[in-house]
Amino acid sequence: MDSNETSMGVANLDAFADTLIELAANDHDILVTASDSRGSGRVTPFAEKYPDQFIEIGIAEQNLVGVSAGLASMGKKVFVVSPACFLTARALEQIKNDVAYSDHPVKVIGISAGVSYGVLGTTHHSLHDLAALQAINNIDIVVPADNFETGQAIRAAVVHPRPIYIRLGKKAMPILHDPTTHFEIGKAIQLTPVREEYDVALIATGETVAPAFFASQLLAEQGLASCVLSVHSLRPFDEQVVEQAATHSKSIVTVEEHSVNGGLGSRVASFLMQAGVFRPLRIVGIPDEHTVTGSQDEIFNHYGISAQGLAQTALQLLKKETV
Amino acid sequence: MALLNFITHRNKYSNSEMMTHYPNTTDHYRALQAKSLLYRKTLLKLIYSAKAGHTGGSLSCVDLLNVLYNHVMDITPQNFTQMNRDHYIHSKGHAVEALYAVLADKGFFPWEALETVGKYGSNFVGHPTRDIPGIEQNTGALGHGLAFAVGMALAAKKDGLTNRIFTIMGDGELVEGSIWEASASAAHYKLDNLVAIVDRNTLQISGQTEDVMAMEPLEDKFKAFGYAVCHVDGNDIAALVDLFDQLPFEKGKPNLVLAHTTKGKGISFIEDKAPWHHKVPSETEFEIALRELGLAENDLEVVDGLE
Ligand SMILES: Cc1ncc(C[n+]2csc(CCOP(=O)(O)OP(=O)(O)O)c2C)c(N)n1
Ligand SMILES: [Mg+2]
Repeated sequence: MDSNETSMGVANLDAFADTLIELAANDHDILVTASDSRGSGRVTPFAEKYPDQFIEIGIAEQNLVGVSAGLASMGKKVFVVSPACFLTARALEQIKNDVAYSDHPVKVIGISAGVSYGVLGTTHHSLHDLAALQAINNIDIVVPADNFETGQAIRAAVVHPRPIYIRLGKKAMPILHDPTTHFEIGKAIQLTPVREEYDVALIATGETVAPAFFASQLLAEQGLASCVLSVHSLRPFDEQVVEQAATHSKSIVTVEEHSVNGGLGSRVASFLMQAGVFRPLRIVGIPDEHTVTGSQDEIFNHYGISAQGLAQTALQLLKKETV
Repeated sequence: MALLNFITHRNKYSNSEMMTHYPNTTDHYRALQAKSLLYRKTLLKLIYSAKAGHTGGSLSCVDLLNVLYNHVMDITPQNFTQMNRDHYIHSKGHAVEALYAVLADKGFFPWEALETVGKYGSNFVGHPTRDIPGIEQNTGALGHGLAFAVGMALAAKKDGLTNRIFTIMGDGELVEGSIWEASASAAHYKLDNLVAIVDRNTLQISGQTEDVMAMEPLEDKFKAFGYAVCHVDGNDIAALVDLFDQLPFEKGKPNLVLAHTTKGKGISFIEDKAPWHHKVPSETEFEIALRELGLAENDLEVVDGLE
């Protein structure tokens, strides 16, 4: 697939909401809970169509997650829909104890994640959630890249036997996958053709998979081969595919809409080091500083999370290696 | 706009006793009303130019901020580094545009600085931060301001200070459990130097607050938590001046003001409409809004001319 072929989809949040409306028609145990967040979560149509399957809690995220855990314990399939920033900070203890530790299969949907809220600033950004949740046992973590991955993740979540966190953005995403692509929670997806050797492995998650994919096209113009992976699941983490990609690549660039500490990059680096796979590696994400003011796009560009920026990072890394 | 000069002639140390000496004349009210119109224009311009912001909640609390900053509180760029002055925490941080307008007018930063609000690389983000002169605490996640204000009020008591700590919360915000945890502490430590204000505009993002999560009777709840509770029309300058001149309402009790406001106050088509929580005016809407405010300004000056 090249950029001429990629067409635009909708926001992953919309893909999520549409999938849920479809699934809830035949499954009355599906509930959506919200904290004055139905509009931002795009679930107002759901609330209107299935008023008995929608529970409003008001601006009270801790109560929201607590109530949702109780509902799940009674057999309900609960999708908690609230901004990722508040869910995974304000209600982190409820996620840790009431959901994960107590093992209730709540589906925690972190909306407008990462820096989706742009100029609203740090209170509204979630750059810590992957780190915090990876340090909490028994909650799977899924960060879909496009509408296809989102729809598949939501379908899988309905029957998922464990607690799960699904992190969604609100910007329209390009369509990256063929609808026949195999999707499974815990299995990374390779977007580029399989080869014996790559110059760089571009390992990405969520809304940064698209710029990683477009970076691979820029690199191809320079005669460089990339292996682009969408690691939509941080947990379970696909060690096998990541190790394979790394082993066949000269260098690795990871990218995520998250702090460079404790997210995908840290996970990949610590795994590869312990597996004995050593490659020059760069972790691209939001650095440990006061995040610059801007829209999501401006913040991405500022920190090199763009096709240009990532291609540049890969080129620098490769030159370094060949020096 | 010669009226506005009046505002700057005020006591430097305005504790509550001195405040009662403040001349509550018609001129004074009118000067404050003129300021509210200026702030409304400014905040709409900010939102229109940034193409983002919280229109309804800024318009509902701007009269409160006006009276607090220009009549009640002793906070100036000059005394900002001192502890024994009044303090203000913007708990409903999303309504930052109203605060930016007031702080510019107070001289904390030049008006032109507001041109960068919400722009790439600016310090002026869409919620209050301490990067901005005049702002004491980063807010934006609801339900934090009151606890922080309790901490400040407690510290002030420990140091025997005579100042007051003010905060404005949204009514939707009241559902956060932390509000009630902080309320218990406020009463427990008898913080009569704490002034908690609820912007009771009856709306939040999803609609009517009572439909989203019923919290009435609020007066009974706050009273039961140990506050001295007062009601006021939160968009009526004279009523606000009158009420805040009576602080503290009751010795030994934290003060709670249920300020009944209209969300979107001052612009006919924005008033009392939930979608205007964070809707940005179109070009036409913006022009009509400014015209409405211009007419209100004319009215003020006509009344003034008759005197
Ligand atoms: C902890 C937290 N949850 C959710 C939000 C998102 N949010 C911003 S404003 C708002 C509605 C606030 O309603 P209200 O308190 O009534 O404010 P007002 O009507 O004065 O604008 C919500 C839910 C937030 N900022 N913080
Ligand atoms: Mg309100």
